[in-house]
Amino acid sequence: MNVIANSAVEWYFACHITDVPHNGGVCVKVEDTQIALFHFAHRDEWFASDNECPHRKQMAISRGMLGSHHGEPKVACPFHKKTFSLTDGRCLNSEEGLSIRTYPVKVEEGKVFINIAALNQPFTSTIQTDAYEDQTD
Amino acid sequence: MKVVVIGNGMVGYKFCEKLIAKSLPGLELTVFGEEMFPAYDRVHLSEYFAGKTLADLSMTEFSWYADNDVKLELGNPIVRIDRTQKKIHSFSGAETAYDYLVMATGSAPFIPAIPGIDKEGVFAYRTLEDLHLIQRHAPLSRKAIVIGGGLLGLEAAKAMLDLGITDTHVVEFAPRLMPRQLDHNASVILQQKLSALGITCHLNKNTIAVLGNESVRGIMFSDGSMLHADMLVISAGIKPRDELAKACELPVGHRGGIIVNDLMQTADPSIYAIGECALHNNMIYGLVAPGYDMADTVVAHLSGASKMFCGFDMSTKLKLIGIDVASFGDPFIGGEEAKTIVFEDSHNGIYKRINFTPDGKQLLGGILVGDASSYNMLQQVCRNQMTLPPDPMDLIIKPRQGSSMAGVDALPADALVCSCENVTKADLTDAMSAHGCETVDALKKCTKAGTGCGGCVPMVKDILLHTMKQQGRYIRNVICEHFQYSRQELFDLIRLKELKDFDAVLDTYGKGDGCEICRPVVSSLLASLWNEIVLKKENHTSQDTNDRFLANIQKGGTYSVVPRIPGGEITPDKLIVIGEVAKKYNLYTKITGGQRIDLFGAHVSDLPLMWEELIAAGFESGHAYGKALRTVKSCVGSTWCRFGLHDSVSYAIRIEERYRGLRAPHKIKSAVSGCIRECAEAQSKDFGIIATEKGWNLYVCGNGGSKPQHALLLASDLDSDTCIRYIDRFLMFYIRTADPLARTATWLNKMEGGIDYLRNVVVNDSLGICGQLEQEMQALVDSYQCEWKQVVDSPELRKRFNHFVNAPGEKDPNVQFETLRDQKKAAGW
Ligand SMILES: Cc1cc2nc3c(=O)[nH]c(=O)nc-3n(C[C@H](O)[C@H](O)[C@H](O)COP(=O)(O)OP(=O)(O)OC[C@H]3O[C@@H](n4cnc5c(N)ncnc54)[C@H](O)[C@@H]3O)c2cc1C
Ligand code: FES
Repeated sequence: MNVIANSAVEWYFACHITDVPHNGGVCVKVEDTQIALFHFAHRDEWFASDNECPHRKQMAISRGMLGSHHGEPKVACPFHKKTFSLTDGRCLNSEEGLSIRTYPVKVEEGKVFINIAALNQPFTSTIQTDAYEDQTD
Repeated sequence: MKVVVIGNGMVGYKFCEKLIAKSLPGLELTVFGEEMFPAYDRVHLSEYFAGKTLADLSMTEFSWYADNDVKLELGNPIVRIDRTQKKIHSFSGAETAYDYLVMATGSAPFIPAIPGIDKEGVFAYRTLEDLHLIQRHAPLSRKAIVIGGGLLGLEAAKAMLDLGITDTHVVEFAPRLMPRQLDHNASVILQQKLSALGITCHLNKNTIAVLGNESVRGIMFSDGSMLHADMLVISAGIKPRDELAKACELPVGHRGGIIVNDLMQTADPSIYAIGECALHNNMIYGLVAPGYDMADTVVAHLSGASKMFCGFDMSTKLKLIGIDVASFGDPFIGGEEAKTIVFEDSHNGIYKRINFTPDGKQLLGGILVGDASSYNMLQQVCRNQMTLPPDPMDLIIKPRQGSSMAGVDALPADALVCSCENVTKADLTDAMSAHGCETVDALKKCTKAGTGCGGCVPMVKDILLHTMKQQGRYIRNVICEHFQYSRQELFDLIRLKELKDFDAVLDTYGKGDGCEICRPVVSSLLASLWNEIVLKKENHTSQDTNDRFLANIQKGGTYSVVPRIPGGEITPDKLIVIGEVAKKYNLYTKITGGQRIDLFGAHVSDLPLMWEELIAAGFESGHAYGKALRTVKSCVGSTWCRFGLHDSVSYAIRIEERYRGLRAPHKIKSAVSGCIRECAEAQSKDFGIIATEKGWNLYVCGNGGSKPQHALLLASDLDSDTCIRYIDRFLMFYIRTADPLARTATWLNKMEGGIDYLRNVVVNDSLGICGQLEQEMQALVDSYQCEWKQVVDSPELRKRFNHFVNAPGEKDPNVQFETLRDQKKAAGW
């Protein structure tokens, strides 16, 4: 019902623009999957990507911090600070070839839509090991 | 040209890498390795226990061999060399012809022929396989003995401690530790240091039997005494693997080792030997750097160039965290040939010895224990025969700050900085000017310096900093690509312009769009300066996820929650509430090290609901998620304890309530002990207070965790109010001046002048800022509000605590739990 058929691509209604914090993200439920949606207000841009971080398979990218790397917009996973380009999804700070999928976003009349056509295409991301956590109270 | 290498160890691999780099036409390179793994970094083998994997330790990607047409056969040792036919026979039965044969068979641990040495629970310490076996056995073991008190034995002993065997012993045949590197006095100081770690040393002991039936139970010495243990690690020296050479009648030394000339050729000119199996000039080099130089020599020879191996510097540094031990050049030389200066401070456990020519012009060698910060520089001075200062004593008693910087300048351009990879000072400075390297990592990538044993990294860093300074490039600890300011500078600027949110700071003083490094730094500065709620609309997305959700994110994406329990004091009623909340929201509960209770496994949408109940019962946020004051731990003090001098609990509560919510460069912990017995462990805290007959002693800049450090006494016998004033000043000074994510201990370690300087600022007001510091702190104290209360009271803020924006209240179906001891735990990664 939420899916709007649009000749070649599918635009999914995610939420209203006011639902997304400035320079931050939210998680959108798309049937059984989760997509991270970001309003990068400082650049006046919207981005969407997988919510799952390929590093440790954590559903957390939407809670990540936004930033830029030599001008390229990126998001940092809150778990171990792997950063991913919001333009093409490649990991910017590991050599393991990790990546996430990114999705086009459009805003119309205060509503945000995500193009989920890429969801149906096969995709694999590499996994790596090793982690550091500081848990002391 | 068919080149065959026997042995895929560190040196064997390095030989291949260097040979391939020459791109010789018609080269066919084949490598046989006995171990099951491709070459790995044996020097850092002990890090296997710290979680490094084979992949981390590997010298190269596995695909490197195939990519470069190197034939690699692992788990297939060579069993015979046929010199007349120029063929070798491998274990699998195949034979391979060679034009040139390179033996890089390394060495095996020397296992003394003691009766019982083959019992279960006896291990060597050489290969990944050895360490794997040790790791499997360690949990069953309570007491371990390492036979051999040399470099390797001590490293093994420390590894036993790290594996949790708190009762570890080292047995050494010689009358001192590290007999090849240290003299008697140095050994005494080292022994004290080891014993503080929990390693007991037994010197002058000749082991004659291993006790026990099937498994080891202990060892017996020639004097009839015994030492019990359920694990034994042998590190009594190395034995070059020369058995193949012997069998094909190549000459070997009488104590082992394949005899080679300066070209690393054995008696058979088409057979070379390199690394630990080679005996050059009656020396076996048990270090990796000389092995690499030998590899270089053979590569040069095979590619028609000329290079000779002419011996090598045996300087070494012990790789034990927290214990500095190093020796360089000739550590023992004395008498007619040399003069010696010794500096000994048995109170702080420092021993330094330098030997120099009788005319005082050149350094010949030396020993450093307790403070080896000048090791790299002294080694350079020694190796490059640099002229000594008029009073050579300056080399060892100059304060460490600055001296090494001045030192790098004096280094000649051709000074060899990284001996593993043969990188000179000029190579480094060239890499900086020609390739624009500006970081240690870039230099490592570009020149390979520091990628071998890693010992030269501090010097590489010094050279980098010095050269940048010389070129007029002012180096500051700038925060990241978005802010060309240090944290301290930004703190002042934000205050000056009274900026209140991240974008304003970015647009005024930064460039680009920020990142995960500068956002939390700026957020923390804003909080330290203005103490507005961290979830303020414009700022909350610039908080680390923990600060953004006011809870600690855990495996699986759920959060843990820690209500504040000041001083660790709690009423039965409040305890019941915590229990009820935990039960209702199905949380795992655990007592933390900071005397409070952590509730794990909360879904993000449950957080406001839980806090509503906790706040109603009188709890407030514990800031366990923030770079902020965590806990002020206390012992029960004079209200109950028969030794207690003052009421430590009341004082701890007063302090905790004063500084709760205070945002800082890193987390801050504190404790108050009611007497000198120090039950609250105040000396391991960022600031700790211990009751005295006359008042309180204030200690600062201690640390627990992975780099423990004792707090230092800042002032003694203070009354309660003065003590708090000093803490105000201390904390505010830390908040103003520390680098991002620097704990107080690190901050102090980097401070020029150290604790004396800090005392001058905080106690004697040498900068004249104490009034201001106290004022700023008081403003923060007065503006404190519980963040969770603000959230619970605001429908707008509560909305943010949802997993799905388009399905509020619905939980993340991917979150999974398992059960352990009747509670839940997060499913593994
Ligand atoms: C725990 C530990 C810490 C160390 N720390 C330091 C340090 O801090 N600094 C330092 O400079 N050095 C250190 N060393 C020493 C350093 O690791 C060695 O000097 C270096 O590994 C020698 O390299 P190599 O190639 O000669 O021998 P190895 O690395 O031992 O390689 C020889 C290889 O040849 C194989 N082999 C033997 N015979 C055959 C055969 N017949 N057929 C096929 N393969 C065969 C062996 O199985 C082995 O894999 C340390 C060593 C250990 C064990
Ligand atoms: S799970 Fe994302 S960085 Fe590790």
